[in-house]
Amino acid sequence: MSGYGNGHDQKSPEQQFSFSRLLAEKGVSRRDFIKFCSATAAALALPPAFGPQIARALDEVKRPTLVWLEFQSCTGDTEALLRAANPTVAEIVLDILSIDYAETIMAAAGHLAEANLDKVLKEEKGKYIAVVEGSIPLKDDGIYCCIGGRTAADRAREVCGGAFATIAVGTCASYGGIPAAAPNPTGAVGVAKAVPSATVINLPGCPLNADNLTATIVHFLLFKKLPATDGIGRPLFAYGKRIHDNCERRPHFDAGQYVEAWGDQGHRKGFCLYKMGCKGPETWHNCPTQRYNDKTSWPVGSGHGCAGCSQPMFWDTMTPFYRRLPNVPGFGIETTADTIGLGLAAGTAAAFAAHGVVSAFRRGDTSEGAKEE
Amino acid sequence: MTRIVVDPITRIEGHLRIEAEVSGGRITNAWSSSTMFRGIEKILKGRDPRDAWFFTQRFCGVCTTVHSIASIRAVENALNIKVPPNAESIRNIIMGIQNVQDHVIHFYHLHALDWVDITSALQADPARTAQLATSISDWPLNSFTYFKGIQERLKAFVAKGRLGPFANAYWGHPAMKLPPEANLMATAHYLEALEWQKDVIRIHAILGSKNPHPQTFLVGGMAIPVDPDSQNALNADKLTEIGGLLKKAKEFVEKVYIPDLLAVASFYKDWAGIGAGVGNYLSCGEFPDPVSGHLFFPAGIVLGRDLTKVHPLDHRKVAEYVDHSWYDPSAGQGKGAHPWEGETEARYSGPKPPYQQLDTDRKYSWVKAPRYEERPMEVGPLAKLLVAYASGHTPTRDAVGFVLKQLNVGPEALFSTLGRTAARGLDCLITAQQLPTWHAQLVDNMGKGDLRVHTGEKWDPATWPMEAAGYGWHEAPRGALGHWIKIRDQKILNYQAVVPSTWNASPRDHKGQRGPYEEALIGTPIADPNRPVEILRTIHSFDPCLACAVHLLDTRGNEMVRVTVK
Repeated sequence: MSGYGNGHDQKSPEQQFSFSRLLAEKGVSRRDFIKFCSATAAALALPPAFGPQIARALDEVKRPTLVWLEFQSCTGDTEALLRAANPTVAEIVLDILSIDYAETIMAAAGHLAEANLDKVLKEEKGKYIAVVEGSIPLKDDGIYCCIGGRTAADRAREVCGGAFATIAVGTCASYGGIPAAAPNPTGAVGVAKAVPSATVINLPGCPLNADNLTATIVHFLLFKKLPATDGIGRPLFAYGKRIHDNCERRPHFDAGQYVEAWGDQGHRKGFCLYKMGCKGPETWHNCPTQRYNDKTSWPVGSGHGCAGCSQPMFWDTMTPFYRRLPNVPGFGIETTADTIGLGLAAGTAAAFAAHGVVSAFRRGDTSEGAKEE
Repeated sequence: MTRIVVDPITRIEGHLRIEAEVSGGRITNAWSSSTMFRGIEKILKGRDPRDAWFFTQRFCGVCTTVHSIASIRAVENALNIKVPPNAESIRNIIMGIQNVQDHVIHFYHLHALDWVDITSALQADPARTAQLATSISDWPLNSFTYFKGIQERLKAFVAKGRLGPFANAYWGHPAMKLPPEANLMATAHYLEALEWQKDVIRIHAILGSKNPHPQTFLVGGMAIPVDPDSQNALNADKLTEIGGLLKKAKEFVEKVYIPDLLAVASFYKDWAGIGAGVGNYLSCGEFPDPVSGHLFFPAGIVLGRDLTKVHPLDHRKVAEYVDHSWYDPSAGQGKGAHPWEGETEARYSGPKPPYQQLDTDRKYSWVKAPRYEERPMEVGPLAKLLVAYASGHTPTRDAVGFVLKQLNVGPEALFSTLGRTAARGLDCLITAQQLPTWHAQLVDNMGKGDLRVHTGEKWDPATWPMEAAGYGWHEAPRGALGHWIKIRDQKILNYQAVVPSTWNASPRDHKGQRGPYEEALIGTPIADPNRPVEILRTIHSFDPCLACAVHLLDTRGNEMVRVTVK
């Protein structure tokens, strides 16, 4: 697929800046910093030994500029960033990135704000990182989203086209998300589709997990290249495994212990949510290990099934959310998102449409989906 | 006469554009326009009503719980479902902490930079800053060392020559009135609030897996199980953690937010005479008692700034007009449509981008113009408090009385930009002080052995009637929110929302009456048309949320059925 930065080498920004010195100025101790680096190593699915290496890499890097664009968004990804898991340092990392444009937090408004963006485009062409939140409507010449009198598509072409790389945060910016759900009234698409020439990394999720954004940036600073991605632009370090295969409730699935009704004993005892519509078996994301809000929880951990929100077009392929997925023979852990995820999701949609959901399950199954046999 | 355009309005949710005419140093006319459209209600048609909350939650990632709550209430109303007390208490805690956290973020991170000059904080004397801070609050961090540390961090940041999100703003503007010490204090608390907000909202993660977009709501209850004897459910351990976070929330509001608000307001009392707006206020009330359903904040209407009378709220008196909005008015120009009767289709007729100016004589926004008995209404914390105050709600009367006395102003000062900003603080305070009660209600009920979080009897769509209709109100942080749903054959036939920012950001209506933002801007002084920070002050005082505000009514050709609301 064109438009994705599949780990190709890029020239790194100049190196004239010490990260740890800056942290010290900001009152962050070396110990906290190393702790952050170890946490980031974990997010990147690297062994803990990488912590010091990350620290070294950050030390050497000049702070690159970042601009954050919002299009057809709900601002949920910006909010996710504000709740980042290792916030003291993560905030500083982002500060150190010099966020020169971000509508939700920036002090300036109107033409003063736009002047900040123009300055980056002119003075740092090819060097800055663009982050995009929200989909881009293409229907009717893009009039469904205008900022400063210009269409989102027009702005995206200019800003992402001139960036070193673009990070699409959330499912809307990655694949169109909810505005692109059927019947897609505004012709909404993700940024890779709207700007095919741009180098794009997708970090889907509704919202994204901000740890994955921090980790993507650190990956770039550490390895001097963008992270390797799957065929739909997602970094393998965060989207390389199925939720089902990392789920803390997987033993209950294997043992045939399911929640049968909300609030029943199985629900209270943390049994598997498969019959309540959990989409973990079709979803590639690191939620079970990375979790949200300072690693407090994640959907299955709090008793609700996974909605499959990191999968393209999940609003159409994963709904109804409370209907159980069909059981597909041969669906093994060795399969990757590339080979089966999309096909299965599409297959699921077709199956739902035809009301021909394949039967499954061990023991007297009264959940929805089972009734469709 | 000068024409000013501010686009984008930053430090809000969504895409908002303000055009204004300035004459003799004051705004003489104004237009509010939303420039983004998604059409989520159209996307909802034909889907499972139990999924609706999941979709509508994505109206907004800032007020991230409110559209889930309004949605499940609408479906429950349609299907006549009463949720168990535990579920109602959990919802109250989730809504309450959302309200508290949202207001603090608004004050410090979205609104403060209209009043606080961060660069002036560099000139502050940290010792005098500590003096100032300790004179208004016994917050433990208010010390010389603390403020000196903050100032040094700030100096180091500025010295690097890259101001990032603080570049090119309104620093040194003649409308900035705070002394350097107050600026330093507020800047320190800006940073502190950034830490605080991500901590206290962990309550949403404990109860609902994550924030933003907690994944825990269910038609008929909640998905977080409760069981004191399970490690996978809400138990004593988690309840204690929530209790601790609620305490932390309350302390910050009492000892930092409210003292800062009063300190900043005392330098800007002239803004109690600016930004009055339309003078009509609507609140739908909130926080039902888990057993009786009695609302903690009352619902009602205040008209023409008359606090001697509260009119009952009747949703049938709501109508939306599209005379100045980019929709095809199949009902006809000049005719309003009740949310159950609207028939409109998106039809852009504005200028071809890139454009310099909108055609404000005709249609100029994706926001519609909701009116109550043909009157524009303001919604939000000010409306909520005025309705409660006029209804004799004791916690509100006490809080409002305290603030008016502190600032030495009369109740008329509430009808203003400053009044709106102060009301948000008081709403936050009252809610933060009430939250432990809702927490205690949940604990008590669990202690009695009631472990129900969901009523399952109508979970299966096969149990539903062929047709059903209902609606749900929710008094969100930004004001009264209503969702309307029609269900046929187990699917969504029609879905509509009239949200707070639709009321407040509305363009002109069929009579040419301005919406609340537009009206509030009239008479606002503008010192420098190139740097119109005064526009931001009044617009931000409403806490705009534009992704919410733009929605699509029913598409043409659907059979509409009038239903009686239960």
